[in-house]
Amino acid sequence: MNKTVNQKAWFLILPVLLLVAFSAVIPLMTVVNYSVQDTFGNNQFFWAGLEWFKEMLASERMWNALGRQIAFSSIILAIEIPLGVFVALNMPKKGFWASLCLVLMSLPLLIPWNVVGTIWQIFARVDIGLLGYTLAAIGIDYNYTQDFYAAWATVIVMDVWHWTSLVALLAYAGLQSIPDAYYQAAKIDQASRWKVFRFIELPKIMGVLMIAILLRFMDSFMIYTEPFVVTGGGPGNSTTFLSIDLVKMALGQFDLGPAAAFSIMYYLVILVVSYVFYTVMTNLDKRDGY
Amino acid sequence: MSDLTQPTSAQGFALPKIKGKAIVMGLYLLFLLLPIYWLLMMSLKTNTEILNTFTLWPRDLTFDNYITILTDASWYTGYLNSMIYVVMNMVISLVVALPAAYAFSRYTFLGDKHLFFWLLTNRMAPPAVFALPFFQLYSSIGLFDTHIAVALAHCLFNVPLAVWILEGFMRGVPKEIDETAYIDGYSFPRFFVKIFTPLVASGIGVTAFFLFMFSWVELLLSRTLTSVEAKPIAATMTRTIGASGIDWGVLAAAGVLTIVPGALVIYFVRNYIAKGFALGRV
Repeated sequence: MNKTVNQKAWFLILPVLLLVAFSAVIPLMTVVNYSVQDTFGNNQFFWAGLEWFKEMLASERMWNALGRQIAFSSIILAIEIPLGVFVALNMPKKGFWASLCLVLMSLPLLIPWNVVGTIWQIFARVDIGLLGYTLAAIGIDYNYTQDFYAAWATVIVMDVWHWTSLVALLAYAGLQSIPDAYYQAAKIDQASRWKVFRFIELPKIMGVLMIAILLRFMDSFMIYTEPFVVTGGGPGNSTTFLSIDLVKMALGQFDLGPAAAFSIMYYLVILVVSYVFYTVMTNLDKRDGY
Repeated sequence: MSDLTQPTSAQGFALPKIKGKAIVMGLYLLFLLLPIYWLLMMSLKTNTEILNTFTLWPRDLTFDNYITILTDASWYTGYLNSMIYVVMNMVISLVVALPAAYAFSRYTFLGDKHLFFWLLTNRMAPPAVFALPFFQLYSSIGLFDTHIAVALAHCLFNVPLAVWILEGFMRGVPKEIDETAYIDGYSFPRFFVKIFTPLVASGIGVTAFFLFMFSWVELLLSRTLTSVEAKPIAATMTRTIGASGIDWGVLAAAGVLTIVPGALVIYFVRNYIAKGFALGRV
């Protein structure tokens, strides 16, 4: 659509700007403030420059948490994106069954995150959980509170359970917008199922798929509540992701300076990666003629 | 195998063929529903049964867990608190996001693209980063432990989301409608309320659904910003961990009750969910 130039449109944006300035800029500046100051208590602060940043960059603790975070986000993206597309391809196109699938699939998305944790805790415990009990019964040694691999497997399966539907729903919305004529043309050309997917469906859902990847990357990178409820970051530190570590540092130990420096670097990583996705996304939008 | 399937396919209409697609969907939905089924079953069992025997469904069915929650004020006010701040947040976010989304969908102006991305960056801000500054900010202006504090804090990620989704829907409304209305002598506010808003009603519905969803599921900020008066249900649930261990039955019942509002809301927007998740961009 052709947009007209209109500088007065700023007035329409003004309420959003004021609100976001209040709820985002002020708190963010507080963080920036802490990150460059040190304190001996009594609310007396003095300038510390980039000390905290240097300290955090040298801290093994942060690099370890970052490593775990990247591993976690990569694994869940590698599972959820293909699985979500696969599920979307198998969804009924319309009618009662389509509605039913949509409603049931959205269900996990609307469960409060700590309840998601609770559900999986109840489901996976060896003594009372269906999953844990069954695994123990068939002789698999599974205990997510003590075993490293079991803890990771539980956290990953939980995330796949929680969010694959989001990817599937996005891909489904993309698939719905493909006109029938495309499929008929493919049939006339006797294209194989794979070729139909590769040359018709995939290009058409690329745009929404980018949104899916962007959303899943952002949210998995910020994940806090679900693993915190299930594993509490353990065993040891093995499922302590960035947010869990940060909350421990800021609210638990009250190490404001390092936590603030940590926060800013954390936020920057998300921003940079998201900016890349966003640019790709808007370019795809342009190509599709928006 | 082919001999066995032959008769059924010959009859054709009598028995619908079970296709691979149905099996895939069946397995996926089973995977989704199994943990929820288990939660539901737990909530209907007594604690003795949960801890001492392993049963697939309750032997002695009990609703005591639900009765505990629905009759104890410290439990059910948690639900009310959550509802209050979620609705407040929905109203605030929609009111500020509607004009902004209109501006982004219709006009170019100085810095519009950067502004749009900057708004989105707030959706990317980890709540963990904001927990402590929010606590200090709202304490210093005397809003700590009020519903409005949580509602405003959730605007951090909900307002950008609302602008994003609404902008997607508004792009789909032809611009000629605006122009015709102006020629007919409508002022901007009147045009916006009388003509434009009804046209994007489905978009507003979908946006409201997402605002509800993200405000309802969030815990870290709402827990940090409240202590007693506005404590959300999700935070109340930690109460079940007592000296004598965890009260699994009540915990499960509280969990089931947090799923109900979401399930109700989904039912109303079921036909728009897919488009909404695509942020109006399909």
